[in-house]
Amino acid sequence: MTAVFLGQPGVGNLRGDQSFPVAARTALADSQLRHNLGHATGAIRAKRLAAVAECDDWEQLRAAGSALKQDVLARLPELLAELEANVTARGGHVHWARDGEEANRIVAELIRATGSDEVVKVKSMATQEIGLNEYLEAQGITPVETDLAELIVQLGHDKPSHILVPAIHRNRAEIRAIFEREMPGAGDLTDEPRVLAMAARAHLRRKFLSAKVAVSGANFGVAETGTLAVVESEGNGRMCLTLPETLITVMGIEKVIPRFTDLEVFMQLLPRSSTAERMNPYTSMWTGVHRGDGPQQFHLVLLDNGRTRVLADEVGRAALHCIRCSACLNVCPVYERTGGHAYGSVYPGPIGAILSPQLTGTTGHDDPNASLPYASSLCGACFDACPVLIDIPSILVHLRAAQVDSERGGLPSGQDLAMKTAGWAMGSAARFGLAEKALGAGRLLAGRDHRISRLPWPASKWTASRDIPSPPAETFRQWWARNRGGEQ
Amino acid sequence: MFPAAAIATVRLLERLGHRVEFPAGQTCCGQMHVNTGYLREAVPLVRRHVDVFTGFDAVVAPSGSCVGSVRHQHAMVARRAGEADLAIRAESVAAHTFELSEFLVDVLGIDDVGAYYPHRVTYHPTCHSLRMLGVGDKPLRLLRKVRGLTLVELPDAESCCGFGGTFALKNADVSTAMLEDKMSNIAVTAAEVCTAGDSSCLMHIGGGLSRVGSTVRTVHLAEILAATP
Repeated sequence: MTAVFLGQPGVGNLRGDQSFPVAARTALADSQLRHNLGHATGAIRAKRLAAVAECDDWEQLRAAGSALKQDVLARLPELLAELEANVTARGGHVHWARDGEEANRIVAELIRATGSDEVVKVKSMATQEIGLNEYLEAQGITPVETDLAELIVQLGHDKPSHILVPAIHRNRAEIRAIFEREMPGAGDLTDEPRVLAMAARAHLRRKFLSAKVAVSGANFGVAETGTLAVVESEGNGRMCLTLPETLITVMGIEKVIPRFTDLEVFMQLLPRSSTAERMNPYTSMWTGVHRGDGPQQFHLVLLDNGRTRVLADEVGRAALHCIRCSACLNVCPVYERTGGHAYGSVYPGPIGAILSPQLTGTTGHDDPNASLPYASSLCGACFDACPVLIDIPSILVHLRAAQVDSERGGLPSGQDLAMKTAGWAMGSAARFGLAEKALGAGRLLAGRDHRISRLPWPASKWTASRDIPSPPAETFRQWWARNRGGEQ
Repeated sequence: MFPAAAIATVRLLERLGHRVEFPAGQTCCGQMHVNTGYLREAVPLVRRHVDVFTGFDAVVAPSGSCVGSVRHQHAMVARRAGEADLAIRAESVAAHTFELSEFLVDVLGIDDVGAYYPHRVTYHPTCHSLRMLGVGDKPLRLLRKVRGLTLVELPDAESCCGFGGTFALKNADVSTAMLEDKMSNIAVTAAEVCTAGDSSCLMHIGGGLSRVGSTVRTVHLAEILAATP
């Protein structure tokens, strides 16, 4: 390790242009998108519950996964140094990247050194996060995504909207149109999944056989052995990890785990939580290089990009436990209706709402990422589903508090005043009783049907779609005084 | 705002033979402040709550989310403000604080409260009662014993109604989209009444139903359990 950097903000595809409520409005207006998402998340939700119900020890597994991740974060520097030593000892090369820009430069230089101008890629959140594809294209290097959904996103000049199913916002007809436009020689296509998959297969097979360099991410990096692991479903990962001469893996530093046997816990938690499978079809593990077998050059790029910043927050750091299963997205009632693009970051949904703003830091309430911790009704479905027990609702509240605290001392906002006033009224029972009585004046606003349908801003945000019942003629406090008052 | 739920809770507990007290010094648990990020402003509310409710055998609230706040947030708010003593006292009050259905089923050990309510009813499990408190099927067990009541299962019952406190204002469009789906599911049941253990969620659902001209009424669980012939 050459230098220690703390608090460097993450850069790359981690922040959108619009605040969540504004971006969500666009998504909500797209009825096709809402249908695609509702259908897809509904189906996987039911499957995940069934897959989890098969494990009698699911709660113990979650606790074990959480404990392992806590241990990792508590001694991250030591484990990363151990990982580096073991990867190096087995013939690999380790590079350290403070942020996305540095990681992109390292990867591009490594590719250029091989003389290649095309690379095949295994689906990887880390390289999506740092915008590696865009950077390589600008450098004259063509990245080819080989995961089917990631390929759909790439060919559609689109952005991923889900961690595991990046094209979840697309239906078959839309995919067919993208393939026909972008895949020359694909021939006649139909909306049938098999036909579309075969077209992608033929397209990708040519790429696998010609590529000299592959770029991957990693689900896990084992410190004790220097082993990297990629978990996938389509076999495209296996092709990328074994066929090319050079393999470059970009891994977030929080993905390190202490021992090989720790995989036992995560390999039970991850497939059931993500694809609702007992075991995913392909798990590839490799340790350094082996003469005559697989890539002869292996580079591991360890990526910080804001992670040590997150680590410094003792409540928020649990976001780094995430194993990118996306169970929280699938159960989230907000994600289900807005889709991933509204979150502006490659990490959408509940985990994105706590991870993205922490990785980038926020610059004030106009920062789009400052709106993310509020993009939740705090219903708690994400915490229930999380295989490593990340208490997302509590971290959302923690980040809201950090946001409010960071703006103290300036001009109070309307919300500040409302909260202060409410706090003052609730500060004494006499004032509270008066406030309750004062609400009774609202009866004047109610129509003959005893409901209030229109109020000025900001209450208009409520009355745009819901009525408010006319306040009661008598408060509970008044009722108690009248009926039970004498007993006290 | 919703005295009927509190009045019903008093009548129900008295009917079951308990002496109910209403400490007049109480105001609000402070959940709105906490969930909006105003933790510092919530400290005096936590202190007031702890002072007022220390010393009772049981504190009963007809609200899953208020009990959730008392149980899962009060001590955290106090600790964050550096008030370790208050946090310990808050934990002690929280240990004696129960949501109504928990109190009836777990503490009193009854699921038949002798109620009569001749209506077709569907039950919405509110998020905080379901996931923060884990009340499970306790409200349903109570409802099944109510005479005259026809209980109809709500499809996709465990989905949030979209209230979420200030979420309903800050993300009004998403909140409304969630509410629309909840109302469609309620319509499928052909129930006359939608009940739940939280007045706030019922205010949201009821406000939406009223706006679209639905005849379905929202009634707090306590009111149904307090009803007699």
